[in-house]
Amino acid sequence: MSQPQSLFDKIWAAHEVQPESSRAPAILYIDLHLIHEVTSPQGFDVLRERGIPVRRPGRTLGTIDHSTPTLPPRDGVRPYVTEQARIQVETLKNNCEEFGIELHGWDSPHRGIVHVIGPELGVSQPGLTIVCGDSHTSTHGAFGALAFGIGTTQVGHVLATQCLLMGRPKSMRVSVDGETGKGVTAKDIVLHIINHIGVDGGTGHVIEYAGSAIRGLSMEGRMTVCNMSIEAGARAGMVAPDATTLDYLRDRPKLQGQDFDALAERWLALASDADASYDRDVQIDAAEIAPRVTYGTHPGMSIPVDGVIPDPASDSDRKALEYMGLDSNRPISGHDIDVVFIGSCTNSRIEDLREAASVVAGKQVADGVDMLVVPGSEQVRIQAEAEGLHQIFENAGAQWRIPGCSMCLGMNGDIVSPGATAISTSNRNFEGRQGPGARTLLASPATAAASALAGSVADPRTVEISTLEVA
Amino acid sequence: MEPMTRLTSTTLVLPEENIDTDQIIPARYLTTTASSGFADAAFRDWRFDANDQPIGDCVLNEPDAPNRKILVAGANFGCGSSREHAPWALRDFGFRVVVSSRIADIFSGNARNCGVLPVVVSEEDNAWLLANPGAEVTVDVEQGTIEFNDRKVAFELDEFSRYRFMNGQDVLGYILAQGEAIDAYEQRVENP
Repeated sequence: MSQPQSLFDKIWAAHEVQPESSRAPAILYIDLHLIHEVTSPQGFDVLRERGIPVRRPGRTLGTIDHSTPTLPPRDGVRPYVTEQARIQVETLKNNCEEFGIELHGWDSPHRGIVHVIGPELGVSQPGLTIVCGDSHTSTHGAFGALAFGIGTTQVGHVLATQCLLMGRPKSMRVSVDGETGKGVTAKDIVLHIINHIGVDGGTGHVIEYAGSAIRGLSMEGRMTVCNMSIEAGARAGMVAPDATTLDYLRDRPKLQGQDFDALAERWLALASDADASYDRDVQIDAAEIAPRVTYGTHPGMSIPVDGVIPDPASDSDRKALEYMGLDSNRPISGHDIDVVFIGSCTNSRIEDLREAASVVAGKQVADGVDMLVVPGSEQVRIQAEAEGLHQIFENAGAQWRIPGCSMCLGMNGDIVSPGATAISTSNRNFEGRQGPGARTLLASPATAAASALAGSVADPRTVEISTLEVA
Repeated sequence: MEPMTRLTSTTLVLPEENIDTDQIIPARYLTTTASSGFADAAFRDWRFDANDQPIGDCVLNEPDAPNRKILVAGANFGCGSSREHAPWALRDFGFRVVVSSRIADIFSGNARNCGVLPVVVSEEDNAWLLANPGAEVTVDVEQGTIEFNDRKVAFELDEFSRYRFMNGQDVLGYILAQGEAIDAYEQRVENP
């Protein structure tokens, strides 16, 4: 019998068109290439310059999400932030038409954030290599795929050759075992992991998340964890396929007409062998994880929501606290907020919206706080509206928008004002990420919603949670 | 991309750790469909205030900043988003080399693909370079060495990247030339 292999080892080996040598990195075959309007136009330009087609249009899927307005058309006109943004969206449409690529544009009931629609459609499957010109492509690793972000030059490579030149990353296993406490969500688990291994602790590695607390997560939760792998510097994050994975995928549109049982058998065999080895192994006790919130300017700077802001350990830390307008040795709880954002590829799926809605149901967002709820996709929006979640949010005083990346990076004009503080379910609290001068606190949907009611950072364990009637 | 064999320049130092790609180029500059012309957008919010006035004490606004070809930065440079617009902005601003004690994976690959060489040095060496802005540094691509303060240290550079930088060659031609191997792979996997 050959050497025990990890999930990553198995997928890597199955996709080597040419192995790594002393002269060149490996050539890795890419099964699924997701594209969006921001990082693809220059990739298509390269094809035109060289006069070559897209090698496998059927393995390519497009959507529009980053530059898209989240307010509905006014007098039939979409309120793009700039004419350039409109042209960018139009360019993707033209490119997809020219090269024969399926695009989920404005008229598609499956349009949405690229990392939300891949799983929903059932194209994000175990064992695949999946890339996109977007660092949060790691999300799809929740299905036991090797999924990672690439740059635009590489988008061109994949369009032209369906392959990437790539050095083999190292492997890391992060095991989270035991029971999580009250109010702890997938977001809190991943913020804890990033804080534990460090914001660059995963650099050069692919992380496999394992352990009972990871197994116990829904697919939505696993996607939230894998999504933020890049925030620890990791190339990708992944979870071995199991019954939860199969249950999620069984009825997905793109899997209809296929022999699901045969696929399932193959997928389950991808799980890491018992004795598989990793370059690094990290153990985390689930019982130690609390609902968390960030206080600094990178995702590693987080503390329990009932914790105290630590003393700065470096000049960069000091600068971060100054930017955030926070003092060390003070509790983060009770710190005033101006904006609440529920959305992004990290936390905009139906479970996330239910989590936030169950907190704000029948209550009011605090005076002076703007709350924006942006579903991750048309399918999430339709489901949420069928469940009446949009009314719960609107009755509480929040805005209910149409799907897109929105305020996660503010490309579409949904921004936080200079100096204002947002509590956000997104993935990055970098300086100015949500708008020039904006201050971001990252948290789970429950923590963000609890804070919306209080008008300041609040512990979700201390608020009443309503039981929603799920249609 | 432009070939590079050996480059000598004074350094520009940004000592902050974890300089993410949102700092290198804010998201509002990403709605373009072009792949050049990003010099003005580079570190925009570090260089200009809310009224588009230059921020006086920003080293990137010093008159000779665009002549400094080597950027030295704190650890974990280029973390965050996969936007290739970040190395495009550095390239268009004038940098050919980025030196740090740790450089994020995706940024590092993107930089190589647009002719900006990522050079990872030890924490001690980076500390010296950070403490000596404007130092004269030589990067030798052929030897894979960086020279400063009368020292010469090796940095990691794979054979393939070395060849590409010295010859100014892009990767696509190389992958396209492996067409037969790709055909064979697809045959094997899709029609077993």
